[in-house]
Amino acid sequence: MLLQISEPDSPAPPRERKRAAGIDLGTTHSLVASVPQSVATVLPDENGRVLLPSVVRYGEAGEVTVGYGALPWLARDVTNTIASVKRLMGRGLADLGDARHFPYHWAETSGMVRLKTCAGEKNPVEISAEILKALRVRAETQAGGALEGVVVTVPAYFDDAQRQATKEAARLAGLNVLRLLNEPTAAAIAYGLDHGAEGVYVVYDLGGGTFDVSILRLSRGVFEVLATHGDSALGGDDFDHRVFCWILETANLPPLAAEDVRLLLMIARNAKETLTQHETAPVVTTLSTGLRVELTLTAEIFTEITEHLVQKTLMPLKRALRDAKLSIEDIKGVVLVGGATRMPQIRHAVADFFKQPPLVNLNPDEVVALGAAIQANALVGNRSLDSGEDWLLLDVTPLSLGLETMGGLVEKIVPRNAGIPLTRAQDFTTFKDGQTALAIHVVQGEREKVADCRSLARFELRGIPPMVAGAARIRIVFQIDADGLLSVSAREQTTGVEASVVVKPSYGLDENEITRMLEDSMAHARDDMQARALVETQVEADQLIELTQHALAEDGDLLNDAERSAIDAALEELAQRRQGQELNALRLALAKANSATAEFAGRRMNRSVQKALTGKRVDQVSGIRNQTVENG
Amino acid sequence: MTIELTSSAVKHIQASLTKRGKGIGLRLGVRTSGCSGLAYKLEYADEVQAEDVCFESGGVTVVIDKKSLPYLDGTQLDYRREGLNEGFKFENPNVKSQCGCGESFGV
Repeated sequence: MLLQISEPDSPAPPRERKRAAGIDLGTTHSLVASVPQSVATVLPDENGRVLLPSVVRYGEAGEVTVGYGALPWLARDVTNTIASVKRLMGRGLADLGDARHFPYHWAETSGMVRLKTCAGEKNPVEISAEILKALRVRAETQAGGALEGVVVTVPAYFDDAQRQATKEAARLAGLNVLRLLNEPTAAAIAYGLDHGAEGVYVVYDLGGGTFDVSILRLSRGVFEVLATHGDSALGGDDFDHRVFCWILETANLPPLAAEDVRLLLMIARNAKETLTQHETAPVVTTLSTGLRVELTLTAEIFTEITEHLVQKTLMPLKRALRDAKLSIEDIKGVVLVGGATRMPQIRHAVADFFKQPPLVNLNPDEVVALGAAIQANALVGNRSLDSGEDWLLLDVTPLSLGLETMGGLVEKIVPRNAGIPLTRAQDFTTFKDGQTALAIHVVQGEREKVADCRSLARFELRGIPPMVAGAARIRIVFQIDADGLLSVSAREQTTGVEASVVVKPSYGLDENEITRMLEDSMAHARDDMQARALVETQVEADQLIELTQHALAEDGDLLNDAERSAIDAALEELAQRRQGQELNALRLALAKANSATAEFAGRRMNRSVQKALTGKRVDQVSGIRNQTVENG
Repeated sequence: MTIELTSSAVKHIQASLTKRGKGIGLRLGVRTSGCSGLAYKLEYADEVQAEDVCFESGGVTVVIDKKSLPYLDGTQLDYRREGLNEGFKFENPNVKSQCGCGESFGV
């Protein structure tokens, strides 16, 4: 056969960093983060503010205001200014319990709720889309172009309807959703827990108005949510309210005008925030009535007046642990999420409860968005651009993947450096007559022998109908998805029997190990070549011995004693050489055995032709011929 | 370790490279495939990788990865006409068996 020069397998072209972002679509505020240069950062607006209040206002003239611009309207234009839309996502009126608690005008509908605004009826998906659009614009302005994809976070307890609604909102905002990610998982990813030891982690998320606790288990690089609990009416705002009440009582204030209430709530919030750094916080202001308030809030008083709120967060923790059937000793780490977890007494309470200090070094407001950004960055395939730290999730196969074939040799199916996702298929067959099962051993590595490669998985395909060796057609398919998850399936083509297995091939391999495996394959090239040749010849010898013995049992009468003993001797020598490691001697013995059996094989062929023809009447044979003529 | 190109092979490779407009030479290799176990790889080479070894024959650079080298050592690459076809032929002393179609070989 003559060969032509072909184009090289196009090596992966130098890739540009793709633009991706992570979005924390929160109840009170939302954030967007990205990974511009291997470190995730949240993106501020043009005024340097990171948080975007999750508030949308529809104006008379059809204009839409999102974020800080919409905040002042919350009190003034209640029906057209929507806050906390996240609570409405994917919900019908019946799901909301008492819809009258909300200040909105509901439209009559059987499906997801619709709000009557001056811009027409709006559903929560459309309203959320406005928030997402604002974040998209922010991210695209700073990234300098359209986003390839985003990861949007949702609470772990969100059901399918709520998740679907979130996805639709993102699509409506012109975003390509790579994946929805559970908020606690995002927080864990931001802390890099997915690279650490396997185990159980708790995420304690105290936001502005909601409290969520999630228990996650990390195994094989994947987080599983074991239990969630929480309180949808407990958050940092309640702490502000406690301080507000304390001011009212201590200063003995008369009933206040609405603007003074807002003023004092703001003062209360500032005092609370001051106490995260200081032992005391001044509460000083002048009310619209001219009344002057001058108080000092100490950490001690603050702890006292909010003690029951802190205790209230411990109940869901206990329940979640009970649901997951775990005790405090099982918890490997605790992550704090949400601005309210900055309060020292929360941190102390959590540390006391779990008997270990929680992870706090990332900004608790940003940690979910950061985790989402890291995930988004990984999903669009920027990982390999950022130093080798992230070898777990690769967009090319680091090493070849293959199967064990007869004699312990590796048949490579997926070459190294193949881009993922991918699908490769190859047909295999049975080795022995009547073989009804096939053991499939998936290995990874560059070496020729299975023993020198890394074993990934084993499974069996059973129920192959008995056939002569080589007649079965078994298609084995290697599939690697975008997450690097390898699934191998085997299917016998005539009967359709199937078996499959899923593995994560890069799990547990670091860069050094991959490099070592590659270098090994180069260093052992010659040994491997010898080994392959030897094993191949051994397999051939086995096959010849088995075939011949089978034939002798069936048609041994075709041979006279001298012929028979010549064949026996040749087989015996072959079997002996088969045990040794001498390639040339084995080849010689194989050639001898082949020629010793050649005459016997010829006689068997004649006999089977005779058998096929005897017992058939002449008209049967000729009948076929006639038919052929007619058809022709 | 040697790899040799016949003069007709050199002529054809140089002509092909000129026509293609880029490439530093010819890449040879083996991969597991086909009925007899191994098959040749014959490609344009655009770059030399860390695991490659380079040879020079008749002014043509031949690039071979270290893993394939033992299988190809001593090979003579010829360009010839056989009947109506023309193409490259590997004369490889390492080959011990060849499958019927000629695509794959064993060592």
